[in-house]
Amino acid sequence: MGDNLISVNNVSVNFDYQENFISKKQKIHAVNNINIKIKKGSFFGLVGESGSGKTTLGRAILGANKISSGNVIFHDDERDYDLTDMNKQDLKEYRKKAQLIFQDPYAALSPRMTVRDIIAEPLEVMKITNSRQETDERVRDIASKCRLNIEHLRRFPHAFSGGQRQRISIARALVSNPKFIVADESVAALDVSIQADILNLLKQLQTELNLTYLFISHDLSVVAHVCDVVAVMYLGHIVEMGPSRELFKNPKHSYTKALLSSIPSIDPEKRSEAIELKGEIPSALNPPPGCVFKTRCPNPGVDCKGGEIKMGLIEVEPGHWVDQCCAL
Amino acid sequence: MSHLLEVKNLDVKFDTDEGRITAVENISLSVDQGEVLGIVGESGSGKSVTAKSIMKLNPGNTSYNEDAEIILDNENVLQFTSKQDLKKIRGGKVSMIFQEPMASFAPAIKIGAQMVEQLLIHKNINKEEAKSISINMLKRVGIADAEKRFNQYAFELSGGMRQRAMIAMALSTMPKLLLADEPTTALDVTIQAQVINLIKDIIKEYQMGVIFITHDLGVIAQVADHVAVMYLGSVVEKGPVNEILKNPKHPYTKGLLQALPDINNLDAPLSPIPGNIPSPLDRPTGCVFRTRCPHHNPEGKDGKIEMKLIEVEPGHWVDQCGIKCGQNG
Ligand SMILES: Nc1ncnc2c1ncn2[C@@H]1O[C@H](COP(=O)(O)OP(=O)(O)O)[C@@H](O)[C@H]1O
Ligand SMILES: Nc1ncnc2c1ncn2[C@@H]1O[C@H](COP(=O)(O)OP(=O)(O)O)[C@@H](O)[C@H]1O
Ligand code: SF4
Ligand code: SF4
Ligand SMILES: [Mg+2]
Ligand SMILES: [Mg+2]
Repeated sequence: MGDNLISVNNVSVNFDYQENFISKKQKIHAVNNINIKIKKGSFFGLVGESGSGKTTLGRAILGANKISSGNVIFHDDERDYDLTDMNKQDLKEYRKKAQLIFQDPYAALSPRMTVRDIIAEPLEVMKITNSRQETDERVRDIASKCRLNIEHLRRFPHAFSGGQRQRISIARALVSNPKFIVADESVAALDVSIQADILNLLKQLQTELNLTYLFISHDLSVVAHVCDVVAVMYLGHIVEMGPSRELFKNPKHSYTKALLSSIPSIDPEKRSEAIELKGEIPSALNPPPGCVFKTRCPNPGVDCKGGEIKMGLIEVEPGHWVDQCCAL
Repeated sequence: MSHLLEVKNLDVKFDTDEGRITAVENISLSVDQGEVLGIVGESGSGKSVTAKSIMKLNPGNTSYNEDAEIILDNENVLQFTSKQDLKKIRGGKVSMIFQEPMASFAPAIKIGAQMVEQLLIHKNINKEEAKSISINMLKRVGIADAEKRFNQYAFELSGGMRQRAMIAMALSTMPKLLLADEPTTALDVTIQAQVINLIKDIIKEYQMGVIFITHDLGVIAQVADHVAVMYLGSVVEKGPVNEILKNPKHPYTKGLLQALPDINNLDAPLSPIPGNIPSPLDRPTGCVFRTRCPHHNPEGKDGKIEMKLIEVEPGHWVDQCGIKCGQNG
């Protein structure tokens, strides 16, 4: 597959849902028929409001969520891995190659673990290293690449600032020497200055270690700054996707336009240019038929309202894909 | 004309196991009726502590300096001790809204019951009147089926609706001053835009004064008339919002702006402010920003320059930095 690292083909993820044991079983349509290709070395952004399915898709690509239909292929140098058809050995190998950056490792891990232990854990769990010495070397190496102070390795992370914790989290994700990284809201809780620092670090590590990122964020300004390709998700669907600059300069889908206009401008003279979207994202239990955005679309066409329209991306410019109705 | 609120020379200190922390030092601010004062700064800069001081909500380990004044409607809030007086600043003349609406609502009491109870405490009205005021306010903030929501618990509402209900409750007593502490921080941008528009409409309608706290300069640009930039407990720069954002003077304000990803300027590099915020336990003497400032001269670096705001343009105040200490790069 040449220059692609990941191919996501017609992937849907549903969750079973039952309000209580006598009510009828329902399905949560978290991710619907997604097709994306992530190029090697790209910084692929996934944006959208909460509940749009970003985390579910990211986890599906990591093999951490079941895939209800479709498949995900990881194109490694020597061979392809089909995530829907992996044996134990494959899964073990894949885990080393594809990693998640936790939003806050401290929240997820035992407060009694030192920074060293937190970073070393993946090596030990995956039995990647053969001796404590080797483990320590890898930990020290990745820690210094992530600009962590080596003296801090023996400490406990509760004493650390948000920025330092995020570096610990990055080091932990990178210690197994992966090729593909999912960063899910990795800078969401950080102050702007620390955010800038972490984003620069991610960029630098990308070049240094030949990484490919899936960068999930609800912050479009951040995504616009760091990502080269962006997909906009809404209620389980990708409604628009394309090279970052092109997409932000020339958004086609009503949702992308509204989302972009909602970013509070730093210029006090540019007030209230937001296309105000009424209401909130509908429940993934009962997504509207036809275009999933139609309940909030500021200017739906007659066909959209009728719910006749089928969703599906079409290419309007090279590499720029938009849901078909909006594209027309 | 006197200001609706005037904070003068306020210090706030906390006694902790590790020692005495200076959370806020020598800040002075004012808010007029119908005006929004934005307070911006990184976490830990003292924004919430400042807001809580106005309602005397800081806990028992707090001490305020003797010569500080928080004048609201010609009375010094810091002198308030009686229940009767405190009532005035806690839901009477002052209301507060938060990032997390569940902080305002008791989980086991219905939204309407809480709104009514609050109104009965602060207003001389009966239950029926309180109910109708509450329902009208829920409608005013854009809650559909207000009568139904009135009888629901906060957890039954969606995130955006809960935020609106909290605003309705805060406004139902018609406070003169609204303290909004990061009210849109946890919201998606589309819902944030809704809430910002709502707050702006309401301020216009009721002519209240507002302190709007956020760490997001974009939000400040959208809502505030004036802005105060806080760092490690000090106001380092303040003035009209347009002036501060377009003509910032203090290295910290400039640093914040340069770290911000601006969607209209994708080629600008993201420049973090070097170093880390010091612990409030060892707060630098002299200029609080000197441990991270790229512009200090040796005198400033030694901490020999006192913090002091100087008016550089009408209404635009900057810490005397750049005048005594270093170039204004
Ligand atoms: N494990 C799960 N079980 C049931 N529903 C889930 C689960 N994970 C996510 N969902 C639902 O799937 C939808 C998408 O969620 P998520 O992927 O977390 O969105 P995002 O990351 O964009 O906020 C939501 O409606 C969410 O409630
Ligand atoms: N009750 C308290 N006891 C001790 N320290 C406190 C207390 N409340 C706040 N602080 C400290 O005061 C400083 C300012 O806090 P805060 O006003 O919450 O910051 P911000 O709202 O700007 O993020 C922080 O260092 C915080 O840890
Ligand atoms: S397809 Fe129709 S309803 Fe959907 S976003 Fe486009 S115009 Fe709006
Ligand atoms: S120039 Fe001097 S006074 Fe101004 S911020 Fe820097 S160190 Fe502080
Ligand atoms: Mg998520
Ligand atoms: Mg705060």
